[in-house]
Amino acid sequence: MTGVPSPAGLDLRPEHEALVATVRRFARDEVAPVIGGYYERGEFPYPLVATMGEMGLFGLPFPEEYGGMGGDAFALCLVLEELARVDSSLAITLEAGVGLGAMPIHRFGTEDQRQRWLPDLCSGRSLAAFGLTEPGGGSDAGATRTTARRDGDEWVVDGTKAFITNSGTRITRLVTVTAVTGRRADGRPDISAIVVPSGTPGFTVGPEYSKVGWTASDTHELAFAGCRVPADHLLGEEGRGYAQFLSILDTGRVAIGALSVGLAQGCVDECLGYVGEREAFGRKLAQSQVLQFKVADMEARTHVARLAVRDAAARLVAGRPLRREAAIAKLVASEAAMANAREATQIFGGYGFMNETPVGRFYRDAKILEIGEGTSEVQRMLIARELGLPATP
Amino acid sequence: MNVVVCVKQIPDPAAPASLDPTTHTLDRSGKLILDDSDSYGVEMALQLAANVEGSEVTVVSMAPNSETSGLRTALAMGAAKAILVSDGALAGTDALGTAKVLAAAIRRAEPDLVIAATESTDGYTGTVPVQVAELLGLPSVTFAKAVATDGSSVKVERQTEAGYDDVECSLPAVVTVTAGVVEPRYPSFKGIMAAKSKPVDTLSLADLGIDPSEVGFTGARQEITDVSAAESRSAGEIVVDEGDGAQRIVAFLEQIKVV
Repeated sequence: MTGVPSPAGLDLRPEHEALVATVRRFARDEVAPVIGGYYERGEFPYPLVATMGEMGLFGLPFPEEYGGMGGDAFALCLVLEELARVDSSLAITLEAGVGLGAMPIHRFGTEDQRQRWLPDLCSGRSLAAFGLTEPGGGSDAGATRTTARRDGDEWVVDGTKAFITNSGTRITRLVTVTAVTGRRADGRPDISAIVVPSGTPGFTVGPEYSKVGWTASDTHELAFAGCRVPADHLLGEEGRGYAQFLSILDTGRVAIGALSVGLAQGCVDECLGYVGEREAFGRKLAQSQVLQFKVADMEARTHVARLAVRDAAARLVAGRPLRREAAIAKLVASEAAMANAREATQIFGGYGFMNETPVGRFYRDAKILEIGEGTSEVQRMLIARELGLPATP
Repeated sequence: MNVVVCVKQIPDPAAPASLDPTTHTLDRSGKLILDDSDSYGVEMALQLAANVEGSEVTVVSMAPNSETSGLRTALAMGAAKAILVSDGALAGTDALGTAKVLAAAIRRAEPDLVIAATESTDGYTGTVPVQVAELLGLPSVTFAKAVATDGSSVKVERQTEAGYDDVECSLPAVVTVTAGVVEPRYPSFKGIMAAKSKPVDTLSLADLGIDPSEVGFTGARQEITDVSAAESRSAGEIVVDEGDGAQRIVAFLEQIKVV
């Protein structure tokens, strides 16, 4: 463990400063000049992902014995924030690869499963995806309809998964899917997690979705029809898949919070540059108090969001309870990102409506932050439950 | 093989720079980072060292204060240790004074190969590496665009205006490398963590047996008497092509005597 600063502060330890500086340089020098083209073409940026792999980012929170960097979730959040400051497609590719792809294998896998799959995932040579969401239900993981039945030494998976990030790249090696593996006495499903390697017969990757934002990231619908994998591809305990998910989701919320802070900061960065250069009515936009106040509000929202996200990330690393804090962090950060993207686009005027400007991309990328890893409504529901308010029908 | 890389810690070029109004020297009081041009030398050294068994890369730097964040970057990339000559008396040292200090520090590392950038990004004198070579009594090969070594000699493709020279030289030697000689790696988090416990040997002028009067503002034989802002580029002329665009461009090029 690398330790974490005091939850209330934004001062980073020297190693975190150095990590942030490294990723900032990569984002500025290598991502910013080319990402607009990938975004426009809806193309997965393999060369940039490869460099991120060489930088060790995909192995950041994993132990060195599996090819990881020995960092933690706090360090990962810092990296996600820096990447999202320039581009969210790469940030979500990393977040999903690490948090949803490799993390369940590390958290719930046997030693053999870790040795088998983690080194390639940590190096970024291959990616893993996590198949939870289904076409019929989003945040309701308990409504899973995909099934896996045991047949001799194999699991047979049938069903469909929707919106699965990193599931169809040419370096995707496996997808962990949640599936109903039995029924309890009260009729509720037993859900388990099964690892399905890419290319397994009966596993079909649907065409790339046409998304409003995150267009340089990889997202597909997946279909499983009589798809057979060996019995040792069960990840974690049979019937514990739902509980495993819930614990992964808290982590995912903090990570999406970090992406949101990055996007919110990116809006501030872009607007500061623009109002300092652009002139209207014979003076610099920076001299307009109306615009100054807009930028000041953007900065304030970003700062508050960052505090909330870093507090939640510090709790995550310290193993302290964080359900309330993770939900708050995700809620305020994603709403800060959305508000900043809206205001940044307004400040940029017509240029903000152009896909070629970063704020145009920020506007398109912001909305999903209020949806993925639990909608804002789900976060509010969680916060209300933590306050002791009763469940509502 | 002991490979020593000269590295400079400079103010972050991404932040606005300022000059001291009386000495005309760069304000270095803020956060310093590893000069980008030196990251090529560090990478080259790491790659060369990896190919010769028992090799080690040492970075050597000089600073008026005890700043090490730039050195930590080089250590995070993979260098084994750092030597920092840090002494308040160094403020205002000119290029030759810098070379004397670096040469004294480098000598202690018993180098087989010394690598430096052709010039720093903040000072641009481009004179320090060859001065270091002279003071150490070593041959120098400058402007390398490719470097290879077996541990006993070094083969260099030396960039020229027309192409490049193939130069071979026995070790020890000083080689200056251009940006682009290799692609520098980004430090990994594992490297960053490992760098925290790598040795940084901090030396004073007294440790090196250098008289403070030889360096700093007092020892400097070179003085910046004045600085002026670079001329801002004028807007240029926009030629609208009305069928005669090509001719007008050729006429312009003839006028400025480039064709």
